[in-house]
Amino acid sequence: MLVSTLKPKEEILGYLRDGERVFLVACGGCAEVCEAGGEKALEELRSVLEASGHPVVGGKVLPFLCNKALVGIGLSRVSAKVEEAEALLVAACGVGVQTVAAVLEKPVFPASNTLTYGAFQGVWPSEERCARCGECILAYTGGICPLTVCPKGLLHGPCGGSYRGECEVERGRPCGWQRIYDRLEKIGRLDLFMRFKPPKDRQKELDVPLSRRKSIFWALEYTEEEE
Amino acid sequence: MKFRERLAQGEFVITCEAAPPKGADTKEALENVRRLASLVHAFNVTDLQSSVVRMSSWALCALIQREGFESILQVTCRDRNRLALQADLLGAWALGIENVLALTGDYPTLGDHPQAKPVFDLDSVQLIALIQALNSGKDLAGNELSGKTDFFVGAVINPAADPLEPHLLRLRLKVELGARFVQTQAVFDPDAFVRFAQKAEPFRVPILAGIIPLKSAKMARFMNENIAGIRVPEELIREMEGAKTAEDRKKRSVEICARIIRKVRPYCQGVHLMPMGWEELVPEILELAGLS
Repeated sequence: MLVSTLKPKEEILGYLRDGERVFLVACGGCAEVCEAGGEKALEELRSVLEASGHPVVGGKVLPFLCNKALVGIGLSRVSAKVEEAEALLVAACGVGVQTVAAVLEKPVFPASNTLTYGAFQGVWPSEERCARCGECILAYTGGICPLTVCPKGLLHGPCGGSYRGECEVERGRPCGWQRIYDRLEKIGRLDLFMRFKPPKDRQKELDVPLSRRKSIFWALEYTEEEE
Repeated sequence: MKFRERLAQGEFVITCEAAPPKGADTKEALENVRRLASLVHAFNVTDLQSSVVRMSSWALCALIQREGFESILQVTCRDRNRLALQADLLGAWALGIENVLALTGDYPTLGDHPQAKPVFDLDSVQLIALIQALNSGKDLAGNELSGKTDFFVGAVINPAADPLEPHLLRLRLKVELGARFVQTQAVFDPDAFVRFAQKAEPFRVPILAGIIPLKSAKMARFMNENIAGIRVPEELIREMEGAKTAEDRKKRSVEICARIIRKVRPYCQGVHLMPMGWEELVPEILELAGLS
């Protein structure tokens, strides 16, 4: 299970431009179990946004945001509302945020930080999508995680080894930062590329706070171990 | 006059790469430095270039300073976390090293210890911010330091990067954060360099064009295959292929370097020579390029 927690509201509001119209998406899978998804998160985010003058044009809980097909189908049912939005805010693990970004050409912002996968990785077959760093920066990288797409985990653009969209580490491997650049250009948000991101707080990769361990799954595992 | 003062006064500067030895013997490295000292303004010392284990950059810098010459310390993020970076930088300052070139560093799998753990705790943009913190008398966590540094910081870019735009944005960020000079990856296509230099003009930062003498067509092909960010155009490779004897190869190599320098000179404020073992050619290259 991927354990996530909602970001502080100041951080979420910091992603949005004044009065920007927002569509909310919340995951009904792991995130809901962690109380960072589902209807609960949707309502919490709606009240935060509306209290600060951001019109919420709609919201939707989708069963597993890590599943691209389900996300595509789920969002197509509310496409008129999604179209109306200028940005999407997603309460899910980093995989879920990236799935939504992958199916839409709009800015997609994370409402959560992902802390750990426990023993199970979100199901988007074939690739690691989330590094559970505990301070999600997908807001600044076009919904593509630089920690997983760039072997060096760079936060401010491609290294000198990137050439014609290829990574220096392995021939044929796409340069993650070229992908991020292209995406930000497409959604008209290259300003986000130029934001300085402070060095990451690696402590957040190390441990999961007690409050987050209180899901039924944690309880189950701990009981099993004790027996 | 110091390297930074020369740049500030608009002087055309010449720097030369010095590679620390693969081993504990510094004799040859220092002989090369002494041989070229009268021709160049500073020696730029590589930090485990291509992720191949060698003596540390700061050690050779300190030895160069001890000889009375100026050095530029290359620092990469490849194998030091923020603790080690700060420790090494403070130590380098105490040893008299005043110039730093901040780089991301090649991935360890490209080198001779591919099993090594890649670090990259910071990237080169954050490294520049870290150096600014040390210059302001604080560490990265904001703690007061006893005695501050006054490093002159440089950044790198590949002028032949394709597409160039993301690299230019990254360079702009580096300059905004305090990079005061720019050193480029080797230039083999002067037109591409000029296009880059014109786009970087608004950043108002001195640019040093990187120059590598080609040893042979084979070396050019090897670099194209194996060195991150280097692309030698096919026509230069063919030009080198036409040289049959060792003497002829050296002559052509010198001619190519001088030709590139003459073409890029109006668009930059210096050159950075990377002789890679052909230190003996440096005097001829500079002479033919009209720089000595």
